[in-house]
Amino acid sequence: MTGAQTEAVLFDTPLLDYRAQQRTGRVTLPLRSDDDVVGLRKQVRERAVAIALSLVDQTKLVTAASELGRNTIKYGGGGEVYLDALDDGMRRGIGLLFVDAGQGIPDIDNALRDGFTTGGGLGLGLGGSKRLVDEFDIDSRPKEGTAVLIVKWKR
Amino acid sequence: MERIPILRMGDLLLVTIQVDMHDRLAMQLQDDLTERIVKDSAKGVLIDISALDLVDSFIGRMISNTAAMARVLDARTVVVGMQPAVAITLVELGLTLHGVKTALNVEKGMTLLGKSYK
Repeated sequence: MTGAQTEAVLFDTPLLDYRAQQRTGRVTLPLRSDDDVVGLRKQVRERAVAIALSLVDQTKLVTAASELGRNTIKYGGGGEVYLDALDDGMRRGIGLLFVDAGQGIPDIDNALRDGFTTGGGLGLGLGGSKRLVDEFDIDSRPKEGTAVLIVKWKR
Repeated sequence: MERIPILRMGDLLLVTIQVDMHDRLAMQLQDDLTERIVKDSAKGVLIDISALDLVDSFIGRMISNTAAMARVLDARTVVVGMQPAVAITLVELGLTLHGVKTALNVEKGMTLLGKSYK
């Protein structure tokens, strides 16, 4: 299909297939402006309330979503986020997959360290988000893009 | 343009954040507050965040920066009413709001700023 596309192709990452048998109701939201981040926070909050996450876990998940959504816009040049309802047979959860087609993260270990930033921020986004969720995965390739997956399970 | 209102009470400025702020709105508030501190010769700033169910690193940085700018302009800042879930999340995120005074509610915040609240 090369040549036929007018929009930038999103990063083709194996993370797109995460927990393929366990997820339902995928919703895709654009991440282009900081209004989109506010919209994302609202959607994530609604889903977290729907599966009865505790207030603290709701807040942690929404905060992680806010950090990563902002990263997608600021460092990835915009992209998309996939919201999934998860059920592994034992428990319910929420999965969020952030995908951009940006420059990629050259050194992921460094990027996960608190205080590391290339954008003049606090450098808490990636490492901080990881601490706020139950599962965290990242795939990034130079000049192809970055995908970050977070999952929060209902306790 | 959308703005968060700043109320003046004597030589204090009071801000109650009641909406989920996008980043531009947070920056606007920081600028507005700094301007008003000078214009109104304010000695204290109370930021009520009791209605906020999220403080992420951007909003946290805005609060820290505002407090630092206020300090340079001879005003003190107190953040009041943080929800427990927000406090837990902030600390786990790694944000400690260094240099920002906090109080549980507006009344205690006023006391901290040396005002009686009647």
